[in-house]
Amino acid sequence: MNDSKSPRKWIAEHIAALPKSGIRDFFELVNSMDDVISLGIGEPDFATPWHIREATIYALKQGYTSYTSNLGDLRLRKEVCKYAAANFALNCDPEQECIITVGVSEGLDLLLRAVLNPGDEVLYHEPCYVSYAPGIRMTHARPVPVQTYEKHDFVLQVEHLEEKVSPRSKVLLLNYPNNPTGAGLTLADKQKLADFVIRHDLLLISDEIYEELNYIPRSPSIASLPGMHERSVVLNGFSKAYAMTGYRIAYALGNAAIIDAMMKIHQYSMLCASSIAQAAALEALRHGASQREQMRQEYEQRRNLIVRRFNQMGLNCFTPRGAFYVFPCISSSGLSSQEFATRLLHEKKVALVPGSAFGACGEGFVRCSYATSMQDIETALQRIGEFIGG
Amino acid sequence: MQKLQKDILTLLRRNARVSNQEIADRLNSKVEKVAASIKNMEHQGLILGYAAIVAEEAETDKVRAIIEVQVQPDRDSGFDKLARSLARFPEVYAAHLVSGKYDLRLEVRGNSLQEIASFVSDKLSSQEGVRATATYFLLKKYKEAGLEIGKDDSYERLKIAP
Repeated sequence: MNDSKSPRKWIAEHIAALPKSGIRDFFELVNSMDDVISLGIGEPDFATPWHIREATIYALKQGYTSYTSNLGDLRLRKEVCKYAAANFALNCDPEQECIITVGVSEGLDLLLRAVLNPGDEVLYHEPCYVSYAPGIRMTHARPVPVQTYEKHDFVLQVEHLEEKVSPRSKVLLLNYPNNPTGAGLTLADKQKLADFVIRHDLLLISDEIYEELNYIPRSPSIASLPGMHERSVVLNGFSKAYAMTGYRIAYALGNAAIIDAMMKIHQYSMLCASSIAQAAALEALRHGASQREQMRQEYEQRRNLIVRRFNQMGLNCFTPRGAFYVFPCISSSGLSSQEFATRLLHEKKVALVPGSAFGACGEGFVRCSYATSMQDIETALQRIGEFIGG
Repeated sequence: MQKLQKDILTLLRRNARVSNQEIADRLNSKVEKVAASIKNMEHQGLILGYAAIVAEEAETDKVRAIIEVQVQPDRDSGFDKLARSLARFPEVYAAHLVSGKYDLRLEVRGNSLQEIASFVSDKLSSQEGVRATATYFLLKKYKEAGLEIGKDDSYERLKIAP
């Protein structure tokens, strides 16, 4: 539009060019309807464990309400590094190799802005979280999606990366366990990807926000493999593992030079993460293991149930290795994922997210979250069964 | 105890009305296997029964009390003989041997204060071996069987989130 009076003229071109999230339209539609059962929610259905909420209240009472260090409270960074060493075999210096961020979303934004020049290319897999491509575009870099396939358990294949890698490639961005597919990496998968990263001299960004929700034996982080430490940044946080999405609290672990560059942006834009949320995160790390494990077990059992039921009703459903999503294939219905989701919503009042919202290769699939009550899962599955049968 | 039994018990302890089908699907097992395992645990006396967890106003016994009992242990049977004998009274809903200042902790239930008072004076205190009792009437219930009562769960999540 060339209307010089339109306020749109003020919008930066690269922002105006960003497409709206595919989830957004669907969200509006679902919100306009009553009594919808939603399997479309990408956050835990558990309330934050009480001891963490109680510690939050205590922090407020104690007046722990000032700025913290830009990098985050050192006590929390020490606890994060201790936890990462014990659980991901990742050894980082809390003074220089750890920064506390406002959710992994901020961590990723800082990181992309810290490392990308205009025109640099970022390799990442699809289907993937909806923010990756826009986040990359906002830095004037170029998103280069690489498709993953159900036949490979949605694990990114090195031969497909080799087809897309170029002299401008700078970063490989991974998210395993994966939203939306629930895919996960074995140690062997990690080793192959690490070799690729080293061979092409790339920086690895590993978004491991679902790492604690793992249903296969845990293996060391890809960032801990030989030769990877200096070229990796791991993003993780408290939202999923401890049901703390609204706290917006997370961390990045990586080599000191990159953490320092992230800190530069963080100090000018955010200053520091919420002090109260940092206090809550400290409590989660110190005393949250047992409830975290209880929630993980509950998700694992729901996964078992929902995968079995989808397969029984004839919708082929890959068994996720982590996170709290299943990604059944709905192509046997003859509908596109958007049609399937829209008709299911109108006819049966069940909301799930079309796979195409997570990248073109998500077409033919839908994302169902099982971070919802078993009663709702049962009702939703029954209605989906009726929808397909009828 | 086998893993399957343990996992089944964990689910039943949370919700005794969960269907065998749901248990089987959650645990990647077969319905027949789950049903057999539950039957087996019932026969073995590992599962004693199933009961509803109710709010204060749905309680069918109007008056409930905790009674601490100090006991002179028997030379031959220790606390067991007396404890088992007390447990036989229908007024006694639960009975435990405990550590601390007293020995047996009874939960008793009845329809009136008088009913419980007469249980204490006529039946309990007169038992040989009972040295002293202290009775605490329950006034208000805040949590039972891991479930909070009167909790406000009105917060609604977004219907769709990325």
